[in-house]
Amino acid sequence: MTSPILRIENLSKKYGQREVLKGVSLEVEKGDLKILIGPSGAGKSTFLHCINFLVKPDEGHVWLDNEEIHPARKRELYAYRQKVGMIFQDFNLFDHLTAFENVRIGLVKVKGIGKDAAGARAAQELERVGLKEHMQKYPSQLSGGQKQRVSIARALAMDPEVMLLDEPTSALDPELIGEVHAVIRDLGKSGMTMIMATHQIGFASSLASEIIFMEDGRILEQGTPSKIFNDPDNSRTREFCSKITDLYGER
Amino acid sequence: METLLYMQTDVFPALLRGFGVSIRLIVPSALVGLAIGIIVGVLRVYGNSFVKIAADLYAGLFRGIPLVIQLFIWYFGLPYFKIFLSPFAASVLGFSLCSGAYHSEYVRGALLSIKRGQMLAAESLGFSKIGMIVSIILPQAVRRALPGAGNEIIYLIKYSSLAYMITCIELTGEGKILASNSFRFTEIFLTVGACYLLMTSVAAIILAKVENHLKIPGFEQQRT
Repeated sequence: MTSPILRIENLSKKYGQREVLKGVSLEVEKGDLKILIGPSGAGKSTFLHCINFLVKPDEGHVWLDNEEIHPARKRELYAYRQKVGMIFQDFNLFDHLTAFENVRIGLVKVKGIGKDAAGARAAQELERVGLKEHMQKYPSQLSGGQKQRVSIARALAMDPEVMLLDEPTSALDPELIGEVHAVIRDLGKSGMTMIMATHQIGFASSLASEIIFMEDGRILEQGTPSKIFNDPDNSRTREFCSKITDLYGER
Repeated sequence: METLLYMQTDVFPALLRGFGVSIRLIVPSALVGLAIGIIVGVLRVYGNSFVKIAADLYAGLFRGIPLVIQLFIWYFGLPYFKIFLSPFAASVLGFSLCSGAYHSEYVRGALLSIKRGQMLAAESLGFSKIGMIVSIILPQAVRRALPGAGNEIIYLIKYSSLAYMITCIELTGEGKILASNSFRFTEIFLTVGACYLLMTSVAAIILAKVENHLKIPGFEQQRT
């Protein structure tokens, strides 16, 4: 067995008295697409934020390529974050920069690549997500789906080894979801390793290598899509999946 | 006719000289004040607790003490410690520090208005804290602080008239001297007032141009 590209052990997070994550562990192989499902407040988003230490976990360890990440060592942390792309529910594009500059800025300021080379790379990534003709637009001039595609291009430009996607389509109009899903699907095909939280069950089951059902800060069950959606062991998993299938259909 | 001659031979050259001194007081004070304001504003929001307290203290002190008193301290007080400043230097120092304290408040407010998501996105790309502040946060915050900062610069133009209190003879000082000699208070101070109005108007036009130049589509509307 190959060693996992990303190993997460026993992540815990408390906000005051409230335990949001209660010791979550996960191993991700290269090329895996793990889908996190579960009700709101289950800790999916906190889990993803803890993986790249945007939220500091109270406990737990993370290894990338068998190297443990020490978030207190700033330089290591910044280098690690470049290798772990993050896609947010509400896009978080830099409001003062055009789509093109949004993608380029990380290359220039973080990776220290020259402006021309970085610009060429940024244009290439924007073309890959189908936004070549919108490069010079500011975030406010883009639709939600376009914004999310820019943010994916921005993350991809950094050459990440793993991508974390926190409900990338849940802030989008239904008719815009497809364009973002298409980009994510292409990413999966190209072999990108991803962990994605989503409620889009149909999309998830067609792509996922594994479905992870979270509730109340824990992983309750994990398995192949057909196992989780058709024959789950846990009654809560079954209940949640049937509800969400009714809502998001298309299965 | 006599008035006209007096205005031409005495008032005009003196006020022009004073106007020049005022400009030389205002421009460096505005620039240094703005720089201090941005640095202190950033420290007040992102500094560690010690730096934060020091920066807050600075802002509180220099906003809380009347500017005239500050100028007196710099000019009449410092020689006590064997530090001798020219009236001009003491004025620029006093104006810059006072202006910086006010600017820091505008910058602080603007920094606090930047959405958390902007920082998360920067951090997730591997930005260091300083890199994030310089490349992502400040370009947005400065745009938001601009109207307030412009207001402060307009104030600075007017309170630069206090320099004559510590014998830096600028526009107001020259006016005062002329008026005391000729007793033509009305004509002279109307002219002096008009000069300040001219300066503030030009400053307002420049500030509007800068604001316009830095405008980004949709950026202002995204204030929530």
